[in-house]
Amino acid sequence: MIVAKQKPFEEVWNMVKNFKKVLVYGCNTCVAICHAGGEKEAEILASMIRMKASQEGVDMKVGHAAVMRHCEPEYFDPLMDEVRTYDLVLSTACGVGVNFLAQRIGNIPVYPGINTTFYGAVPKPGEFIELCAGCGNCILHLTGGICPIARCTKSLMNGPCGGTDRGKCEISQEVDCGWYLIVERMKQLGNLEALLEIQPPRDWSTSFHGGPRRVVLEHLQDFEEKEEKKA
Amino acid sequence: MKSGSNLERVILSGKPAVTAELGPPMSADPHEVIEKAHILKGYCDAANITDCQTAVVRISSIAGAVLALREGLEPVMQMTCRDRNRIAMQADLLGAAALGIKNCLCIAGDHQKFSAAGRLKGHPGAKNVYDVDTIQLIGILKKMRDEGMQQGGDKLQVPPKFFIGATWTPGGDPIDFRPLNLMKKVNAGADFIQTQGIYDVEIFKAQMEKARNLGLHEKVAILGGIIVPRNFMMLKYMDSSVAGVTVPKSMLERLKKVKDAAGDDKKKSKEMQEAEGIKITVELIHQILEIPGVKGVHIQAIEWETAIKEIVTAAGLYPRPTFTD
Repeated sequence: MIVAKQKPFEEVWNMVKNFKKVLVYGCNTCVAICHAGGEKEAEILASMIRMKASQEGVDMKVGHAAVMRHCEPEYFDPLMDEVRTYDLVLSTACGVGVNFLAQRIGNIPVYPGINTTFYGAVPKPGEFIELCAGCGNCILHLTGGICPIARCTKSLMNGPCGGTDRGKCEISQEVDCGWYLIVERMKQLGNLEALLEIQPPRDWSTSFHGGPRRVVLEHLQDFEEKEEKKA
Repeated sequence: MKSGSNLERVILSGKPAVTAELGPPMSADPHEVIEKAHILKGYCDAANITDCQTAVVRISSIAGAVLALREGLEPVMQMTCRDRNRIAMQADLLGAAALGIKNCLCIAGDHQKFSAAGRLKGHPGAKNVYDVDTIQLIGILKKMRDEGMQQGGDKLQVPPKFFIGATWTPGGDPIDFRPLNLMKKVNAGADFIQTQGIYDVEIFKAQMEKARNLGLHEKVAILGGIIVPRNFMMLKYMDSSVAGVTVPKSMLERLKKVKDAAGDDKKKSKEMQEAEGIKITVELIHQILEIPGVKGVHIQAIEWETAIKEIVTAAGLYPRPTFTD
């Protein structure tokens, strides 16, 4: 899922303080699971803004709402008329949601209420870890299911650098060395020798370096078109 | 010969090679590099010009290498994967070769986080590159040199002829993968290896045995790395904080004893510890050169280049071989 973190409140306040009618707009999927921007967090953030506005003597109306997904129009289109009655939307959806809403809402600004951070998992409650970099060309079958791009600080493709220290990365004893994990995993699989193969320079054009990406499923588009005609 | 560099010639001669290190300054003034080049000249076969070590902005390795070359000191240009993509790397390699540089050491580079240390602000928020990794960079150098071709497949009119170097951390985690990691570097095209600083010779011996069993000592010239211990605190730091480096207790105690014996006289303490550090280094050189398959030493006297003359002389490695043709 997409993992996000709340922004420092001061930053949020500086974004919203000059608006009169603010909607804190949550998303109840990924960012709700990581307690950053679901309905509950949107409600709390709205109260905090209200309190701050009252302390600062700023006349401001602050509402909150949430929908299941900000990345598909069918979820947020039904609420659009209500949303357009505000003069600022502070979205606590991930960056995808902020972009997507901004593109469809018209002449109302949409500001980010949280920091979208990474694609991750939840190893235990309250902890979220990055596991995938979304590079567009998966090689996890070569590395025991552990991604060297997302989990090695230097995205090395052919083994660890000299900075591995007691299984941790040179940047911090809090960060596992991705290549240490890969080597241990390949040993567990009895396939360490496979790491001897040299991985050539990557074609990064499948990642963001090739420009903003798009996936088109023509068969699905055709099907939808036909269904629409029938209707 | 692959490059015709002095370092390559010494290695081919079968005599133990000696490389040293020259750290460029955080300054646009060339004089520090020039002075250090004069200090090192004649006491090593080539000197590494570090490439923004610990991610601190300094005179670039390529420029430092040219300054050294002008003074008659053969440089080993270092190139990190941290700061350049494959386009910049290959452009710099062509430029370096055009300027007369013949050795290149491929390294991953310290993370930019290390640039903010002590009193330095550094650039911990910099974006790193890592378009290619060290082993891929070695392959790029080899492809340029031996096939006259860029990584992307375009032909080079005149290929750059580098003696290709790489690093090895024999005592690093995961320790059973380290010999295989070395093998990958050799298979990718490394001609010489400079290891991370060795204090615990036993660990290095054991890893060298594994390297020999893989036949690597015959395919690549391994130079054992020694970081000259200048005082007890530095040695303690090397042991506790530098990845892949272990210092035997006896060595730590030896330098601690010297420090304690010197008492409160700071000047005396410094001199005595430095003298002992040099003794330790000379002993390490001898022990490392005795290990089968080792072709030389890489001596790093960090910000203490003046120590190299004494160390190399005391180790019986002076004068350095010269070639007339």
